[in-house]
Parts: sequence; C-alpha cells; structure tokens
Amino acid sequence: MKRKSWINTEYAIVATFGAFILVSHLLSWTVGQEMARNFYEFSVKMIMLVPFIFVLIGILDVWVPKEAIQKHIGEESGIKGVFYVVLLAFFQGGPLYVAFPVAHLLWKKGCSIRNVFVYIGSFSALKVPMVMFEISFLGWKFSLVRAAVSLPVFLVIAEILARYVRGRELPMSRM
Amino acid sequence: MNQVYYIWLAVALVVLLSTIADRSKTWEGIRRGAVMLRNLLPQFLLLIVLVSVFLGLMSRETLAHLLGQESGALGVLIAAVIGSVALIPGPIAYPLAGMLFEQGVPYTVLAVFITTLMMVGVITFPVEKEYLGTQTAVLRNLLSFVGALLVGMIMGVLL
Repeated sequence: MKRKSWINTEYAIVATFGAFILVSHLLSWTVGQEMARNFYEFSVKMIMLVPFIFVLIGILDVWVPKEAIQKHIGEESGIKGVFYVVLLAFFQGGPLYVAFPVAHLLWKKGCSIRNVFVYIGSFSALKVPMVMFEISFLGWKFSLVRAAVSLPVFLVIAEILARYVRGRELPMSRM
Repeated sequence: MNQVYYIWLAVALVVLLSTIADRSKTWEGIRRGAVMLRNLLPQFLLLIVLVSVFLGLMSRETLAHLLGQESGALGVLIAAVIGSVALIPGPIAYPLAGMLFEQGVPYTVLAVFITTLMMVGVITFPVEKEYLGTQTAVLRNLLSFVGALLVGMIMGVLL
C-alpha cells in the first residue's frame, strides 16, 4: 500500500530536523532550541490525543454497519445526507488532521464522495467547540456571518471535488 | 487541556461498552485503529516537525506584526498565505485574531486568516495526501484557498 520512497523522504526530513536540533543545542542557537521545545510540547499533545482518536475510529469501524451509513449519507441520500454530514461535523472537535481518518472511515462505510468532502469542509468551518471559542474573541456576529457564508462556499467546493474525483481511484480506497 | 480529558472519557466509555457487548470485536477494533495509526506514523512525525519549525520561526509577535501591518489587498493576501501555512492551535489563533480586531484590522483580513487557517493545510498536507492522493489534495487546498478569499470578501461587504 505504501510507496517506499515517500517514507524515506519523510524520515529524511525528520532526521535533518533532529540533526539541526542537536547542533543548535551544542551551539546554543535560540531558534533551534525554541523549535526543540515546540517539538516536545506538540509531540506530547499529539501522543495524548491521536492514539485515542484512532482507537475510537477502529471500534466504530468494527461496529457501525455499512448499510446504515450507505442509506443515510451514501450516493442516493440527497440533501438529507448533506444535512446529516454537516450535523455530524458540527458536534466534533479537533484539528484538521483528525478529520481525514474519520472521513476515510465514512468513505469506507459507504458515504458518498461528495459527502466526504462536505464533512471535511464543515469540520473545518463549523465545529461547535471552535465556534464557541471564536465567539468569545471575535463576537457572535462575526462567527455567525462567517459560518453562514462558509457553508455554501464549501458545499460548492465539495461538489467540484466530487466531480473531479469520480472515476479516479483515491489512495484511501486501498487502505 | 480539558478537551483531552473529555476525549479520554469518551474513548474509555466506548471501549467499556464495546467490551461488554463483544470482547473479541473490541480487540479487532483496537487492532485496526493501531494499524491505521502505524501506517500514518511518518506523516504525523513530519507534521510535528513542520509545526515546530513554523512556530519556531514565527513568534506570536511576528504573526501579529505581519497580519496587522497591511490592510488593503496585500493585507488580505498576507493573511491568506499565513493562514494556509500555519497550523496554529485555536487557543493561540483566536486570542491573536481578537487582539488584531481590537487594533482595527478589517473583518476581511480576519475572516480570510481564520478561514484559511481552518480549511487550507500546507503543514497537514503529508497526512492529507495519504488519504486523497497528491492531485486531489492539492486541488482541495487550492479550492479552499480561493473559497476562503471569497468568504473574506463577502464578509467585508456584509459587516
């Protein structure tokens, strides 16, 4: 499923970063030391979050019946399907990189490709925990208008992407 | 921080209920999750490195300075580029945006910054690419970039 060369590229970049951090430490470069601190803090955050998300996805994968997903948000689900997907994303939290594994799960269970992109779009723009935070700093007017304007924009984007992808094979269909 | 506790609680609850219902199925689920995570490990590692480098080069002050300096079309473009590249956690991004708002930075710039921040992911690209493939991931990010500019401009007119 993986192309070996990509793995090597990623590890090569990580190794370069490691070398830079080491040199920075030895020569007391503040930029490098700052990056090392960021690396540590962000790693801790990821370790506390990401494995648990994947456990959740794995368990949902085992339990959620394909028929139900297919029926409600599959190819034939129409506008109601879009509504369900937006609602699903609405009550989630977390950064964008968590949305892709979840979108993959939906796709595997028979969610239509358009709804997969609707999910990614609404996840990034409408999730409640984030909007609450936004309201407290930018005011409810800003958040409300932003959400209302974003919705049609990413519905159009989802439609364009779905048309582009149809007939192509996505890597996630092999995962 | 608190958010993490809720997620742990939710996961623990799901695992517990699932185990009561069917122990072997639960194990299978955890195994599948672990395999998915293992396959994405290099991408996640790269993501952490990219975030560390970005935040190391761009302090909060630098970001505020860059975003607050220009207000015209150039300001919007700067906001779009920073928002696209950055992966700034909400607890840092929103106070920053709130501060800029009080400094009189226009709605359009803030909306473009927030929208690109959330919808366009240059740093998350290694992860996205594994699911969607390079071409589709590039297209999704490009469309989202244009979409974010559109959202910002409409908001500039409305507010």
